[in-house]
Amino acid sequence: MSPDILTPVLTSRWAEERSWTLETYERTGGYRAMRTALAGHPDQLIQLCKDSGLRGRGGAGFPTGMKWSFIPQGSTGPGAKPKYLVINADEGEPGTCKDIPTMMADPHSLIEGCIITSYAIRAKFCAIYVRGEALHPIRRLRAAVAEAYAAGYLGTDILGTGFDLDIVVHAGAGAYICGEETALLDSLEGRRGQPRLKPPFPATAGLYASPTVVNNVETIASVPYIVAGGAEWFRSMGSEKSPGPKIYSVSGHVERPGQYEAPMGITLRTLLELAGGMKDGIPLKFWTPGGSSTPMFTAEHLDTPLDFEGAAGAGSMLGTTAVQVFNETVSVPWAVMKWTEFYKHESCGKCTPCREGTYWLVQILERMVHHQGTPSDVDTLLDICDNILGRSFCALGDGATSPITSGIKYFRQEFLDLIAEQPVVPRPEQLADVEAEQTLKLSGASA
Amino acid sequence: MTTTETETVTLTIDGIEVTAPKGEILIRTCERLGIIVPRFCDHPLLDPAGACRQCLVEVEMGGRPMPKPQASCTMTVADGMVVKTQHTSPVADKAQQGVMELLLINHPLDCPICDKGGECPLQNQAMSTGRTDSRFVETKRTFPKPLPISSQVLLDRERCVLCQRCTRFSEEIAGDPFIDLLERGANQQIGTAEDTPFQSYFSGNTIQICPVGALTSAAYRFRSRPFDLKSTPSVCEHCSSGCATRTDTRRGQVQRKLAGNDPDVNEEWLCDKGRFAFRYLASKERITRPHVRDESGQLVEASWTEALRVAAEGLLAARANRGVGVLAGGRLTLEDAYAYAKFARVAAGTHDVDFRARPHSAEELAFLGTQLAPDVTFAALEAAPAVLSVGLDLEEEAGIVFLRVRKAVRKRGQRVFQLGQWTTAGMRKTEATLIRSVPGAEASVLREQVSGELVDALAGPGAVILVGDRAAEVPGLYSAVAELATRTGAKVAWVPRRAGDRGALEAGAVPTLLPGGRPVTDAAARAEVEQAWGITGLPATPGRSTDEILAAAASGDLSGLVVGGVDPHDLADPAAALAALEAVGFLVSLEIHASAVTELADVVLPVAPDAQRAGTYLNWEGRRREFGPSLDATGVLPDCRVLDTLAVEMDADLFTQTPAAAAGDLARLAPYTGTAVAPTEAPGATPRPAQVGSAVLATWRQLIDDGSLSIDEPALAGTARPPRVRANPATAERLGLVEGGTASVATDRGAITLPVELADLPDGVVWLPANSPGSQVRSTLGVGHGALVRVVAG
Repeated sequence: MSPDILTPVLTSRWAEERSWTLETYERTGGYRAMRTALAGHPDQLIQLCKDSGLRGRGGAGFPTGMKWSFIPQGSTGPGAKPKYLVINADEGEPGTCKDIPTMMADPHSLIEGCIITSYAIRAKFCAIYVRGEALHPIRRLRAAVAEAYAAGYLGTDILGTGFDLDIVVHAGAGAYICGEETALLDSLEGRRGQPRLKPPFPATAGLYASPTVVNNVETIASVPYIVAGGAEWFRSMGSEKSPGPKIYSVSGHVERPGQYEAPMGITLRTLLELAGGMKDGIPLKFWTPGGSSTPMFTAEHLDTPLDFEGAAGAGSMLGTTAVQVFNETVSVPWAVMKWTEFYKHESCGKCTPCREGTYWLVQILERMVHHQGTPSDVDTLLDICDNILGRSFCALGDGATSPITSGIKYFRQEFLDLIAEQPVVPRPEQLADVEAEQTLKLSGASA
Repeated sequence: MTTTETETVTLTIDGIEVTAPKGEILIRTCERLGIIVPRFCDHPLLDPAGACRQCLVEVEMGGRPMPKPQASCTMTVADGMVVKTQHTSPVADKAQQGVMELLLINHPLDCPICDKGGECPLQNQAMSTGRTDSRFVETKRTFPKPLPISSQVLLDRERCVLCQRCTRFSEEIAGDPFIDLLERGANQQIGTAEDTPFQSYFSGNTIQICPVGALTSAAYRFRSRPFDLKSTPSVCEHCSSGCATRTDTRRGQVQRKLAGNDPDVNEEWLCDKGRFAFRYLASKERITRPHVRDESGQLVEASWTEALRVAAEGLLAARANRGVGVLAGGRLTLEDAYAYAKFARVAAGTHDVDFRARPHSAEELAFLGTQLAPDVTFAALEAAPAVLSVGLDLEEEAGIVFLRVRKAVRKRGQRVFQLGQWTTAGMRKTEATLIRSVPGAEASVLREQVSGELVDALAGPGAVILVGDRAAEVPGLYSAVAELATRTGAKVAWVPRRAGDRGALEAGAVPTLLPGGRPVTDAAARAEVEQAWGITGLPATPGRSTDEILAAAASGDLSGLVVGGVDPHDLADPAAALAALEAVGFLVSLEIHASAVTELADVVLPVAPDAQRAGTYLNWEGRRREFGPSLDATGVLPDCRVLDTLAVEMDADLFTQTPAAAAGDLARLAPYTGTAVAPTEAPGATPRPAQVGSAVLATWRQLIDDGSLSIDEPALAGTARPPRVRANPATAERLGLVEGGTASVATDRGAITLPVELADLPDGVVWLPANSPGSQVRSTLGVGHGALVRVVAG
């Protein structure tokens, strides 16, 4: 174990006594970056963010400064509309646990980030959309917002600078889809949360059809540290294209699951060391680099650098850095089935491939896991995934296929074994027919 | 009209280079090339959704292929774009086949009993784009069915492919978002809020645009297979919009009506009345044989020969006595109305002819003779920067005009103003500004509009004033409209409620005008008509209006009446009208149904309804809307034929044996080129401020009500807006009314009792629906808009 590798920035206050209070936050240097920022020009902040190389922590890794610069400015045309900052705190990707602890332990860092970002993009209204089930963080966040208002950090004429900002903490109603930024905006407007057609993009027509920046909690909570420490300091961690620290939420079969903040590009091997190794010493079988929507990895990827480029280069995605670790006791088809059940339950229903595809995939996987699979099932699964991936309306449909395609890619035999070892049980006529036909084809091919 | 050069882009689709207007949706460009990309959620009149994902194609931009197949229903064309559809791209083909297979996994295989089978986009596209067998061997999703989402529209959730055409239509086009998606994922379904049915005047359109059999109509469900139907293009007979329709018949019965596609008029929409109100054709009240009143006073069936002889003898005697008057009614085709106009002049020898089967005025005729701008069309209305509606609630009285105005509001930011009493549902949906007036004071209110928002808006180029025929109920209102139009430069269009009104006006079925709008007082105009008709001696003075004709009949100043489709209960004073019909010496009725007139008639001659006649309506624009019979018309004669034969019996020739002959005869009269003078009637006395326990009555009709052509269709009636008496909170309090309680509105003649609903009416005013169940204002109260009534709670 080498704790030196850890870079506690966002997590630096988490162990403090009553870390969530304004008193603790200010005692440990909080709200100084805000003063610096409000003394400068908004464009300087956008430039600083660009220089720092900060990339979105919600999964896609879009350069944050560039996103801010897309907001039209000026007193005429689209720039004349009100601008909004919306924080995506609908943390719902399976395995992800970084935004909720941040809001629990250090809500003021998010609020300070919101103030600086709103100032940079000239927004006077900021909404924080928190996952509805996260009741405790919502209370913490609301209490912190109230503290910030009382301290004069929110409201009108903040610190005499003439800058006004209101923050609203909005509780979602429990839908995975509302983590998709346009569905989140619809939900925030009081509509049914389903993704919007793009273009127009939120930068031109987001909340209430006005220019809107939607950023993840971790992204915005990083902003005060960048303002305080500077772009160079930020770039001193991580890689050229993926700079900065990152909270890796490690869960599953490890001795000490939890949040580990380390520079981008850390490997699972190092993370496992930090987490005390595999639980009970049972060897690693498979793991996700960034939640269930990112294709799984195996032990052969122990040294893959976990930054945007590294994960993509190895055929997956960095996602939300939700590192879920599974040991050899876990059946891959079973885990894939459970994940797929989640996607079926959370599919919003808007588009055909995701809605119908996940409905079908679950039934095939459940049948296989219950030893009623047929030899054609694996090919059917892959073909359905091919008909979903890149055909669905938003990225959630794509994500639903990741566990299946990557699971079959690395553990195909395990799926096939389920079919081979199935007991002789009476099955519906149609299944028998299908099987007979497939057997015929297979024997024909081998002859 | 100004023409602006549209920017174009050039792209390649399946190897074919094509130029397209900038901003065009890719799937439309494909269509123009004859390349049909399968689709479900796409509809050219709805905003793009991209939900079904059936229309995926491969797209290359700037030489770089896009990583995913793109939905061609949401992507706009761009210069240099290279598109490969299913015809040239294996990726697009596989993507489409994949989506089709997914759409079908939960779709029931009940095509053999589904209303849509045979005309189903899912069925058709499953043939073109689907697999021959399914790999899906799991459990299908099921729902209880059908689910009535209104009395008229039934939902089968198992068949639904969730394309959202119905919800998008309801929200975008009709403005009635009473249906929406519920639940999520595979459980996602269309539904209504609890206790809020899909109450929209345009709900039937969702059935027509549903690309599967998920939405069916209570009226048509299980009645026929599409391939057993005979389809005839037709024109809606219900209002003056003149919508193109398609009438589907089987075994001599109309089974259903669909909206026709006419971009210039109704686009692809139809109101529910136009779609569902056709059961009157098969009503047991239909009259199919001539009847003559015998010596004992009973109407008995007679042969055409006998009936025509008795009618001719009676009319000849009446003509020789004090004369014959002709009441044509407002539901005639141009040809039939012309026959009435000519019958009056040639056979009855009088200008005593009037089509107006509703409250009317001399001012109205003067206005109509001079003020109608020839170039106000649906397109001009849509392009208008501002619209003022007078004596006309667009949604209730001209549904398709309402949809066009709403489109203009949504797409072009059109300003809408309404001279009326309260903010109706239709006004809310067009964001209309209410110019509030006490009933009867509308003319004064309009005259006071000399500056400000309304006048500025109407001064915009192309602004339009729409006037309904209710304006005749307010003295001076037509004059005030004419004056406002002159003052602002706005164009005026007249939107009567009935389909035949505009045509009857053109045909000369009015006491002051001959065909083509020729004033009877103009000697040269008379001479033209006399020459064309081969007659002499047309009277030089105008004839009498409907009310005057009836008054004359009652007092014995007229000895005979020929009455077309007139319902006495629609007239200003139904009791007086019935008394006149009873008093007149000889009464001939031309009708399709047993009515208050046929009950009193000496001779009843059956005439053809629209489904069994050919002809032309002139819609409110003045546009010719020609149609042919959709049902076999053997032995069923149109009015023009009956009148022609009757005239022959009276020794006069109309040359209107068929609608075509009548149209030819009318066409021989060249357009009238003379000028006429605008009406200048002063506003009437402003209604008295209401005293204790009384109020001024405002009233007009609702779209779905007790109209005689809406009979025998309970599913349609179930979607009517519930009749309510409306008042503002202060007036309600003063009168002792509470919302939800009932109020009784009374005159010396009778009382109407309805539940109370609060609305933003002027003080001292109550509103009643004019002809809804339990609220027949003219018949019950004997008064109308602007009258003083007593109001008490309970």
